[in-house]
Amino acid sequence: MTVVETPRPTPAPPDVRGRLRLPDRGYRGILAVAAALVAALAAWFLVSIIIQAKPAFSTLGFSWILQKTWDPTHGKYGLLPFILGTLEVTAIAVVLAVPIGLGTALALAYLVPARTRAALSTTVELLAAVPSVVYGLWGLVVLAPVFRDTVEPFLTSVLGWTGLFNGPDQGVGLLLAGVILFVMILPTMVAISRDVLAVVPNEQLEGAMALGATRWQVLRKVVVPGARTGLLGAFTLATGRALGETVAVALVIGNSPYIAHSIKSPAATIPSLIVNNFGEATGTELAVLFGAGLVLLVIGIAVNSVARWLVWSTAGPSAGATAR
Amino acid sequence: MTVLVDLPADPTVERRRAVQAAAASSLRRRKLASTAALGVCWVFLAVAVVPLVAVVAYVVAKGLPAWNADFFTNSTVPEGIPGGGVWNAIVGTMVITGIAIVVTVPLGLLVGLFLAESEGRVAAALRFTADVMTGIPSITVGIFGYIAIVRNYGYSGFAGAFAIGFIMLPVIVRAGESAFRGVPTSLNEAALALGARKATIARRVVVPTALPGVITGVLLAVARGLGETAPLLLTIGGNQYLQWNPTKQMAALPTTIYNSSSQPYADQVQLAWGAALLLVVVVLVLSIGSRLLAARLRKERR
Repeated sequence: MTVVETPRPTPAPPDVRGRLRLPDRGYRGILAVAAALVAALAAWFLVSIIIQAKPAFSTLGFSWILQKTWDPTHGKYGLLPFILGTLEVTAIAVVLAVPIGLGTALALAYLVPARTRAALSTTVELLAAVPSVVYGLWGLVVLAPVFRDTVEPFLTSVLGWTGLFNGPDQGVGLLLAGVILFVMILPTMVAISRDVLAVVPNEQLEGAMALGATRWQVLRKVVVPGARTGLLGAFTLATGRALGETVAVALVIGNSPYIAHSIKSPAATIPSLIVNNFGEATGTELAVLFGAGLVLLVIGIAVNSVARWLVWSTAGPSAGATAR
Repeated sequence: MTVLVDLPADPTVERRRAVQAAAASSLRRRKLASTAALGVCWVFLAVAVVPLVAVVAYVVAKGLPAWNADFFTNSTVPEGIPGGGVWNAIVGTMVITGIAIVVTVPLGLLVGLFLAESEGRVAAALRFTADVMTGIPSITVGIFGYIAIVRNYGYSGFAGAFAIGFIMLPVIVRAGESAFRGVPTSLNEAALALGARKATIARRVVVPTALPGVITGVLLAVARGLGETAPLLLTIGGNQYLQWNPTKQMAALPTTIYNSSSQPYADQVQLAWGAALLLVVVVLVLSIGSRLLAARLRKERR
């Protein structure tokens, strides 16, 4: 809000003016204190995690982050299986969510009739608010048996030659966790993608149509390129959400501290490691869990900063402000 | 079109003709490709909607049978004993979320007002901080709650409220800012011209005008805070008994769902579905209610 300073027509005596301005100063002061409080809170958050994680780095160095063996009783704290698990699960979710999310957003923004569009868009946005633990419950109780008995045998018989599907069909594992994450991040991705697709100027669409382009050509050559940066932001934001998801993944991934050799294998992610081991951990192990949280935080903040910057530069700072 | 014999061909006409010929010759192929690609978009829309609707349908179908008198009045019972409820978890969630709301809504809205009135680097940095805070992995917020509160004062409802508040705060800040920014500058200038002070303008002009947006934002933040599980797992400790006192260990709905869903007992899983339905209903009512309320306030104003 810009307030234009206008010269005061009849200057009041200095002491009166000072008294008049006092409430304004108080008001600005309260706002500034509130703002400083939030900044301090953010700093406290970062500093306290770094300080608590420090013992892990001072006693073990940095090499544990990339070691393979997790065996706290013998003092081995290799984080690699969990980093890989986090990346693999996220990759499955994103590979599914990018084409399907983009197709859905295009359909919602340009194909669906206006009346249905509002209802469908609202439904998708509402589903973004469903708590992740509910998706986890559904994945564990409903989807896991279906995966074990139907989906995994089918995929193994069709794609078994790739070697990605070795091992027994267990239901819980990387694949199921990835699929649950995909379902979870889809509403976020669709809602933001639709917003950034909708801001492509109408003149450009009409121009392309006047040149004889088909509807798909307009979407592919005008709309998607026009919204490119924002779409990238939406994808990155969804990726960030997938990386940090804890409970939904912890319920369906099987929680095995070994590097997965198949897409069906049970595995673990950094958040699931923390939540499963936090209760009993003490001493070095606790510091290592804080350290694992720090590693996750660094990845998460990096991904999110990039995403916010990309979305801002397309659709302005208010786009997706309340989206997760 | 007749071509005059002795004149060189007009390049513009030639060019247009070539483009038209190319467009016509590829028209059938392009139309086919368009139909196919748009068909894929429709299929993707269906693929996206089906699992999302399936989740809600399952929660309703499996959760409703769990809703009986015991469910809403009893506390959780040990595994294997029938007849437990989630009253302790409902109370825990109400107390924890209530504390988080009381602290973060005023604070968040003040900061939103600050951001809406400020330009420049400090504001931009704070805005960016708030945005990054919304994306922080929730498990690390749980770690923060553990380090900041649990280590010094033990597991408690307050520790949970601290973590949930940390998650809600940036959402309220950003929602508040965008609502306050939506207030027309002309209203501000009119109030200034009448000699109103900034504090008065904020109280009498900006906040009332922005109220629909503010309410929507706050309710969305509350909906998000209600469902957060991971931070609570590291901070509230859990409690099988009814506990209203936030300085003690508490139960909460999301952690009850999490802990019960992986139990081998059918009763426990049933309880998890019931709690999931309750949580989904509350969250959806808040989300839908905030939209309706905002739409209504906007209409009245017009």
